[in-house]
Amino acid sequence: MHTATVKPNPAAKILWFAIAIVGAWCLGVVALRRGEPINAIWVVAAAIAVFVIGYRFYGKFVEHRVLQLDPSRAPPSVLRNDGLDYVPTDKWVVFGHHFAAIAGAGPLVGPVLAAQMGYLPGTLWILFGVVFAGAVQDFMILGLSLRRDGRSLGHMLREELGPLPGIVAMVGVLVLMMIVLAVLALVVVKALTHSPWSTFTVAMTIPIALLMGAYLRWFRPGRILEVSIIGLALLLLSIWAGKFVADSASLAPIFDLDAKALAWWLIGYGFCASVLPVWLLLAPRDYLSTFLKIGTIALLALAIFLAAPMLQMPAVTQFIDGTGPVFQGNLFPFLFITIACGAVSGWHSIIASGTTPKLLANEGQARMVGYGGMLMEAFVAIMAMIAAASLHPGVYFAMNAPGAIIGTTAEHAAQVISQWGFVVTPDALLQTAKDVGEQSILSRAGGAPTLAVGMAQLLHNVMPGEGMMAFWYHYAILFEALFILTTVDAGTRVGRFMIQEIAGLIHKPLQATESWAGNLLATAICVALWGYFLYQGAVDPLGGINTLWPLFGIANQMLAAIALMLATVVVVKLKRERYVWVPGIPAVWLIVCTLAAGYEKLVGPISFTAAADKYAIVLANGQMLAPAKTVAAMQQIITNNRVDMAMTGIFMALVVVMTLFCLRAVLKAWRINHPTANEEPYVALADVAAH
Amino acid sequence: MELVARWQAFRKRAVQTARLCCGVPDYEGYVKHLHEHHPDRPVPSYAEFFRERQEARYKGGGGRCC
Repeated sequence: MHTATVKPNPAAKILWFAIAIVGAWCLGVVALRRGEPINAIWVVAAAIAVFVIGYRFYGKFVEHRVLQLDPSRAPPSVLRNDGLDYVPTDKWVVFGHHFAAIAGAGPLVGPVLAAQMGYLPGTLWILFGVVFAGAVQDFMILGLSLRRDGRSLGHMLREELGPLPGIVAMVGVLVLMMIVLAVLALVVVKALTHSPWSTFTVAMTIPIALLMGAYLRWFRPGRILEVSIIGLALLLLSIWAGKFVADSASLAPIFDLDAKALAWWLIGYGFCASVLPVWLLLAPRDYLSTFLKIGTIALLALAIFLAAPMLQMPAVTQFIDGTGPVFQGNLFPFLFITIACGAVSGWHSIIASGTTPKLLANEGQARMVGYGGMLMEAFVAIMAMIAAASLHPGVYFAMNAPGAIIGTTAEHAAQVISQWGFVVTPDALLQTAKDVGEQSILSRAGGAPTLAVGMAQLLHNVMPGEGMMAFWYHYAILFEALFILTTVDAGTRVGRFMIQEIAGLIHKPLQATESWAGNLLATAICVALWGYFLYQGAVDPLGGINTLWPLFGIANQMLAAIALMLATVVVVKLKRERYVWVPGIPAVWLIVCTLAAGYEKLVGPISFTAAADKYAIVLANGQMLAPAKTVAAMQQIITNNRVDMAMTGIFMALVVVMTLFCLRAVLKAWRINHPTANEEPYVALADVAAH
Repeated sequence: MELVARWQAFRKRAVQTARLCCGVPDYEGYVKHLHEHHPDRPVPSYAEFFRERQEARYKGGGGRCC
């Protein structure tokens, strides 16, 4: 089983040498070609070469030297096999499950936003970030959990660092989750604003899910695949029907909603979906979105390979200086928090210490699932980057810059964007909107619509047809909205259980998850927490994403830093100090990025403080500043920015506190001359199998 | 014949993966586990098993990724 002990044969050596040469050549083309657009295939080839080499060499190094995984050791699935949660499972099945659990909207949105700096900075961060940080985090947390009966991240933090750091980290997770739900819901709001076609198709997912739920409950229990195919057919039908709704004079106004109204609808929906029995709405939606997600990622890959688009966005734009319209801030640190999922994502540490370690049949398969799964996710991020960069830059900026900067008419937007050096005509913007069946594409920030236009153009190149581009656009919007809403439902439910647990400490009966009073109260609190940030985003003068995405990025990278710090502590506790840099350097990098970004968001020209002060000064003079039209609205914006300041402060404090706890643990373990990590004792796989 | 067997194995794995992605583990495996280790316990039907797992999936814990 131990491949490390086998001497590589000459043919293999030549093969790896060839991959390295090809990879270096492609990377050279991607990084150095200037002035003329390059083909996306160069990026794809460079990514594949980097990932294959990273997997084969660095992944293996982490496996054998740092984690010292042992295929002869019995994993939790074998030791505690209960046929339900702990089940030794085929490695490809575990890989599929793990990938489906980590892939979401994050890797699709971040790279699209980061494309404002050009495709090169984001691409390089995804490629090298994933090999040295993201995949290392997922793999190491999986490895640690495998040696600890499949325990969760929170449990491992308590065990290895002490009860207090465990609680601090869990508070961080709850707050992070609220921000995640708000920012993802905002992506949906941005995509659906004044778009009757999209709003209709997304609204139709509710009756479709109810129908599927009833079918699964009473008609054909447990036939997930069958009902999902029916659901998919109905979804496609509703996309087709959406065009007629949008064209109808009587129906279109019903589905033509502004951002505020959509935010309220989503808040109400999130409440209902997480209070209702899961089989009715939440579960069927989940099945549909899981399959659609995998299918759409495959479709995107196919479209990129077949269409092989040219990248129209320059490799590097002038916006690396921090003046970009999509998000404010310099390349360092903001690129590294804007692309979180895809390069390194803290959330994955929760998945990697959740179901996956309870399913792996052998420690020797952990690299493929943990490290390999994250490389796949990074590839999704690369594809999103390609889809965004293959758009005309003028169209890209028109879609992603807030209305406060480019105005609300195609003429004005084209004029502003052309001044930035991305020459575009108003007609081109109007034509793009017409092609995808929308009235306007201006200021649809949040990644989803941009990706949808990119995907629609790619798919249209491969499968041309009258009106097909509008169909593909709405398909892409639907699929992103569907799985974001699933995350919102499920996240609200998880948040509700967390809140009930905390409330139970104060008043015991509230803890009973079956009690309706406790259920409704905790759900209301949970919805109010993320709903507040969502609504704030909907009324934000800079369009919301501009404000909330950095907050989300800081929070997500904070969790990644905590996970990598845990890995660092354990490496020292195992007395493998010479490998401390493997999780240590990425941990330090993420601490530096989160603190630097947090600092800039607290102090200085692009901070929440500056925004609050600006509105406060104008208000003190008795004037109004767009988009606020009343004193109350002005005050609302000031309060929102102050709340964001407080959130940033909380995240920074969490990072600092956790860093101190970890440093203390590292120093203590370094001085002791024997291993002190809390691993479960070794049991030979052969001994258990013999029973 | 070889090809048919291979296709069936592939299909079984694909169905298993798809179900697991939705939080439903392998039913046959569970029944086998019950027979081997807990012959005293009643064996649930697939519908019962499915319902129990559906409830369990949304009982809190990990959640899913952004």
